[in-house]
Amino acid sequence: MSSTPAILNASYALAHAPDLVRYGSKPVREIGRDPSLLARINGSLRPWDEVVAYPPNQVFIGNLAPEDLASIPRPWYENRIGSAGPAGAFGRMVTQPALYGLMKLCDDFDLLTIDGELAEHAGADLVDFDHRRDRITGVDPAELRTVAEESDGLDLFHDGRLAGFIRTAHDQDESLAASVLLENLASKATAVLAVSDLLRRSRLEAGDIDYLLNCGEEAVGDRYQRGGGSLSKAVGEVVGCLNATGSDIKAFCSAPVHALVAAGAMVAAGVHKYVVVLGGGSQAKLGMKFGAHLRNGVPVMEDCLASMAFLVGPSGADGDGMELRLDLAGKHPIGAGSSPKAVYESLVVEPLVRAGLSMTDIDKYAVEMHNPEITEPGGSGDVPRVNYRTLAAMAVLRREIGRGDMDGFVAERGMPGFAPTQGHIPAGVPYLGHALESMRRGSLDRAMIVAKGSLFLGRMTQLVDGVSFIVERPAAARRQR
Amino acid sequence: MDLNGRRVVAIGEREGVTGPSLKLLAESAGADVVFSVTQCFV
Amino acid sequence: MDLEDQANVNRLAETSGTDGMVVLLGQPDANSAGLFAETVTRGDPTWAGPLAGVPLGLPVYHVLEPEIKEQMDGELYDEHVGLMELSADVDEIIKWVAVYRD
Repeated sequence: MSSTPAILNASYALAHAPDLVRYGSKPVREIGRDPSLLARINGSLRPWDEVVAYPPNQVFIGNLAPEDLASIPRPWYENRIGSAGPAGAFGRMVTQPALYGLMKLCDDFDLLTIDGELAEHAGADLVDFDHRRDRITGVDPAELRTVAEESDGLDLFHDGRLAGFIRTAHDQDESLAASVLLENLASKATAVLAVSDLLRRSRLEAGDIDYLLNCGEEAVGDRYQRGGGSLSKAVGEVVGCLNATGSDIKAFCSAPVHALVAAGAMVAAGVHKYVVVLGGGSQAKLGMKFGAHLRNGVPVMEDCLASMAFLVGPSGADGDGMELRLDLAGKHPIGAGSSPKAVYESLVVEPLVRAGLSMTDIDKYAVEMHNPEITEPGGSGDVPRVNYRTLAAMAVLRREIGRGDMDGFVAERGMPGFAPTQGHIPAGVPYLGHALESMRRGSLDRAMIVAKGSLFLGRMTQLVDGVSFIVERPAAARRQR
Repeated sequence: MDLNGRRVVAIGEREGVTGPSLKLLAESAGADVVFSVTQCFV
Repeated sequence: MDLEDQANVNRLAETSGTDGMVVLLGQPDANSAGLFAETVTRGDPTWAGPLAGVPLGLPVYHVLEPEIKEQMDGELYDEHVGLMELSADVDEIIKWVAVYRD
């Protein structure tokens, strides 16, 4: 049996985590050096209502189109959307108590202790969450203090008070230190939210899911297989995917695109009918650029964990989806070389040439969708813009457009970055929800999702990675065939 | 600046020209690349 | 600049001196190129890394500068820099690197 694979649904979540920013990899090291930084960081964090009303966040959850963001003047953190709410067309934002509550209900090893007040708040904020809510229990503050004083681990805060504690699971295993478990539990909890919302939005039941593919970047496992473990089944267990198994795909930031291609291949080959690709938030990256934000007098904007989930199955099986053109998947092979030209030729041009298409036959490109307002203060520039300019230059080299048309190409086929700097999250895939909506409306025929991964960060190779795929509106796909 | 015979520190970027690319280029100009790195900001 | 890389550059300068040493940059935008140029000349402007308060004063050039380009193999240059030459704001990048070099 073979089917045309499609992305049938998409779901995104942002979990406000101001009191976890201090445990981001960068803040924790810097605060260790200069403890006075903690107060400065906390003083520059945004309250919940500002996070909700922040235009890029509204784009991430689907209440604003990327095109609308382009017309909102910067700085976006000052030009907030007054009427904004936390529920979006294909995503939502949750409060910090809800995040702690999700972590608590995901905790199968009694790692996390929270106080009763936080548990109550969490329960109230998760009133519409369907799974394991009875597990959100708290202890009285005296008991929490005792746990915190007598165990190895990390104090957790809310509203300026000690409100929780996560313990180290093994005193001689760095892979099970509280800081690592916090990263893993945060990733699991936020992925659970995205998958739960995905299933709710779908006509399928949790039991219909056959396979789960986690593409998050967290290193799950103990000291004998650090990073070799999997989160997929751990997430599926919480949301009731009782008929699914799963595995994780690791490929730095490009993992989501690898995972979606693999999921499509599983569906096309008939190995599995319904596959969920999921990715939880990156706690290590919270506050990553806080130094630049403080120096520039802007809010510390890396204050949310982001997560996402996608349902891949046979085209048309769960309403209107968008077809995954597996025949046009792009890859950056080892032998291609790492020059930008080589990368874009293999990732973007080669699949198009194979299909007899030109670069202007793609209505929208989704590249690294990092929010420039987060990256620019640190001198890292506007990453999506650089990527779109490079694509436009590629079209010029191929004589598809003239030099004078580059700005037009970027404006028409690109979009401003709107995703939080959460590693694998921004890599092209934040656009999939918007693409799905646009295709359902009939205003988009074909989009290309392009992701790159910095393999060299692990010090095992100097190579970069890249993968791409094309999605099409089913009617458009039929015309082209 | 004549690169020939110079010791070059190459600081590249993933979204621009990478460290290994800068190394190749500098060597083609006769430089001795003593350090090269690719920065990734995201 | 990444803190470990600052440490590496600092160590190189300390152990073998800065004579005959040149820094070559490949950033795609002016802000970031300027930041790197500043770090290896006047010191880390963010005051976070090992080069904070360490004015190495190294000569620094961007790969897009004509006097650098003309010394490199043309074919290699087209392959590795050609696209950025088209897409980046070349004048602005060169201007900002020069601000810190001169």
